[in-house]
Amino acid sequence: MSDEAFEVKDLDFWYDDFKALEDLNFEIKARAITAFIGPSGCGKSTLLRCLNRLNDLVPDAKVKGAIKLFGKNIHDADVDLPTLRRRVAMIFQQPNPFPFSIYDNVAYGPRIHGMKRKSELDDIVESSLEKAALWREVKDKLNDSGLELSGGQQQRLCIARALAVKPEVLLMDEPCSAIDPISTQKIEDLIYELKKKLTIVMVTHNMQQAARISSWTAFLLAEDESGSAKLIEYGKTNDIFTKPKDKRTENYITGRFG
Amino acid sequence: MKKEKILRYIFLLAASVAILTIFLILIFIAAKGVPLFFKVPLGKFLFGMDWSPTKGHFGAFPLLVGSFLVTAGAVAIGAPLGVAVAIFLSEIASPKVANLIRPTVELLAGIPSVIYGFFGIMIIIPLVRNLIGGAGFGLISASLVLAIMILPTIAALTEDTLRSIPKAHKWGSLALGATQWQTIKRVILPSASEGIFSAIILGVGRAIGETMAVLMVVGNAPIIPTSLKDPFSTMTSVIALDMSYASGQHQQALFALALILFIISMFLVAMLRLVSHKRSS
Amino acid sequence: MKRIEDKIAIGCLWLSSLLVLFFLLVLLSYITIKGLPVLSPRFLFSFPHGVEARGGISPMIVATFYLTILSGIIVSPIAIGGAVYLTQYAKPGRVVRIIRFGADALSSVPSIVFGLFGLALFVSFFGYSMIAGGLTLSLMILPVAMRASEDAILAVPRSFREASFGLGATQWQTIKNVIIPVALPRILTGLILGIGRAFGETAAVFLTAGMALNLPLLPTDPGRTMTVHLYLLATEGISIDIAFGTALLLMIFILSFNFLARFLGARSVKGGS
Repeated sequence: MSDEAFEVKDLDFWYDDFKALEDLNFEIKARAITAFIGPSGCGKSTLLRCLNRLNDLVPDAKVKGAIKLFGKNIHDADVDLPTLRRRVAMIFQQPNPFPFSIYDNVAYGPRIHGMKRKSELDDIVESSLEKAALWREVKDKLNDSGLELSGGQQQRLCIARALAVKPEVLLMDEPCSAIDPISTQKIEDLIYELKKKLTIVMVTHNMQQAARISSWTAFLLAEDESGSAKLIEYGKTNDIFTKPKDKRTENYITGRFG
Repeated sequence: MKKEKILRYIFLLAASVAILTIFLILIFIAAKGVPLFFKVPLGKFLFGMDWSPTKGHFGAFPLLVGSFLVTAGAVAIGAPLGVAVAIFLSEIASPKVANLIRPTVELLAGIPSVIYGFFGIMIIIPLVRNLIGGAGFGLISASLVLAIMILPTIAALTEDTLRSIPKAHKWGSLALGATQWQTIKRVILPSASEGIFSAIILGVGRAIGETMAVLMVVGNAPIIPTSLKDPFSTMTSVIALDMSYASGQHQQALFALALILFIISMFLVAMLRLVSHKRSS
Repeated sequence: MKRIEDKIAIGCLWLSSLLVLFFLLVLLSYITIKGLPVLSPRFLFSFPHGVEARGGISPMIVATFYLTILSGIIVSPIAIGGAVYLTQYAKPGRVVRIIRFGADALSSVPSIVFGLFGLALFVSFFGYSMIAGGLTLSLMILPVAMRASEDAILAVPRSFREASFGLGATQWQTIKNVIIPVALPRILTGLILGIGRAFGETAAVFLTAGMALNLPLLPTDPGRTMTVHLYLLATEGISIDIAFGTALLLMIFILSFNFLARFLGARSVKGGS
């Protein structure tokens, strides 16, 4: 049995009085791509943000249950938040490069974690951009502003930036929904490569995308008036898409709603 | 239809009162002040070291230096504090705490300068006297009082700037494992630098033009101070003090000082506009 | 290592803010503790007498209100008129930029320069007087009043304007019958805030309204405001107890103006016209 990157047990999550997530139980396998699918607004992004505790920034957010990263509960008192977020990096739906140069964007992570020597920084900038399939396009203009790149390039820049902190897990919140189709293809190929070394958790609207590149899929749905999202089905992507066990999963996949 | 046209011009006139007043101020102050320079050369006025109006000497340099010193002192203390409070309100404080601190700053902005001066005389001057000796008047007292006065201005504008920075940058930084302070220092503050600069310029403008509070704590000796204990004067304090009895050339000299103050404040306004046009483009 | 830097930095931010809070509390309590014993009907209603200005400060209270209300009256048509122009007639372009620059510049002029200006222009006509001071102060608060009026007018829902035009009204009719009445509560709030500013003015006031100890009745009478009185007592070192009382009374009035403005502002948001 391959090791679990994340183990989620009995997870409930509230925004103030609204229970956004209810009774979630599942694991995320290491060095594989797990996709979260489901209709929009049903809590997939919320769940993602629980995994790196970015939801802590939201006032009135409450968590119940356990989320374990490689065996350790991320809500333990001795967990250092910045370190957690370094190990579990996140790519956002809208590319958000800093208003710095391309070089400084990628070097940001290593710098804040203490790296100072230029030669070291140069290496890590180059290797991260290489891994993000962006190096050849930008290697001659590292000092240009990151904001001058196209949407697809910006997103790859953000991926390079995240890779530079050498995370163990990469959380991706609909990384291609704001990107053109050609860049989307490039990014999908890139993600597929990355899974060899990293655990990847991806929220996506695009079922074909989920079916193409992920190995595991979780289907979330908020179906009653309370609006809490529940895990309806979780399993190997192939199984979910060809022989779903739950009728609701089948309905979603065949397009009857959502 | 004719009536509508007339009304439009009436409203235009009302809107123009401000700019007309600026011109009027310039004209009247210059009319009363410039005649001094027919008798006293401009260079001697600006750079002369001897301000003894009763003897006919109008060297205003010590006053210019005095204004500069209190402004620099006020900004040195007030700017870091003001920016710190703004960062606190925008990034650190919970809504409950912010609702305590923000009204505090707004309240401080509304306190009349004469009350600050009064507080300066009653509390700050004896304090300074105990700490470093001397009479208590001088650069430290004046800088402290002025710093508190310009702090609300700087804090308010800085907080506005900080809040206008897209949250995506903040979330991006935190999601890479940066601490809150690292995010503030490396992402938020650099992005806000132009706004903070504008805020400080506004603070400078307030400090240079402040009269009453400075007047009550600076000591009023028209010399260049050589130590922190020396009393000295600013352009504003001299004008306020002397105006009640000045006449003739003395009065002209005071108007000339006012002209300098006016030009400096217009220059600061122009600089602010330049910075904000740069930002919006 | 970076955690320590983080903690120190955030600690400093907390410290700065608490320092500011602490200072305000010290200032307010100092003035209140020393000033409260002085406040009495005698203080409020009798005249100062003698070289030491013993007794009360009633002419100062009158002079202060006289002056600030006068400046409010003078500035209102100008501020509202200017705001009407900017929001109803003006098209973006050079004219608007010049007008805004004028307002910006005016708000940056030091108060002592206003004082000298008032002295050179208004006092030469009227002598040291309430009217000279009122005119000077009105120019000082004009930028604030105009901006507040502008905001108030902009807050009037567009639908009202469109409905009025849709019924065939002219621009002036729309302004007079719909926009100004609806915006009036907010305009008043802004004016009250502006008057609150004028309340605390000193430098421009003593150069135009003078320092005489009389009770001003006619606009041509001079007068001494509370701020000027406080300044004179404090710097001459006489009757410090009266000084504290004056300072406290000043603070009470200014805080009341602020609360009044806020209260009215909140009500106008809820109630509409």
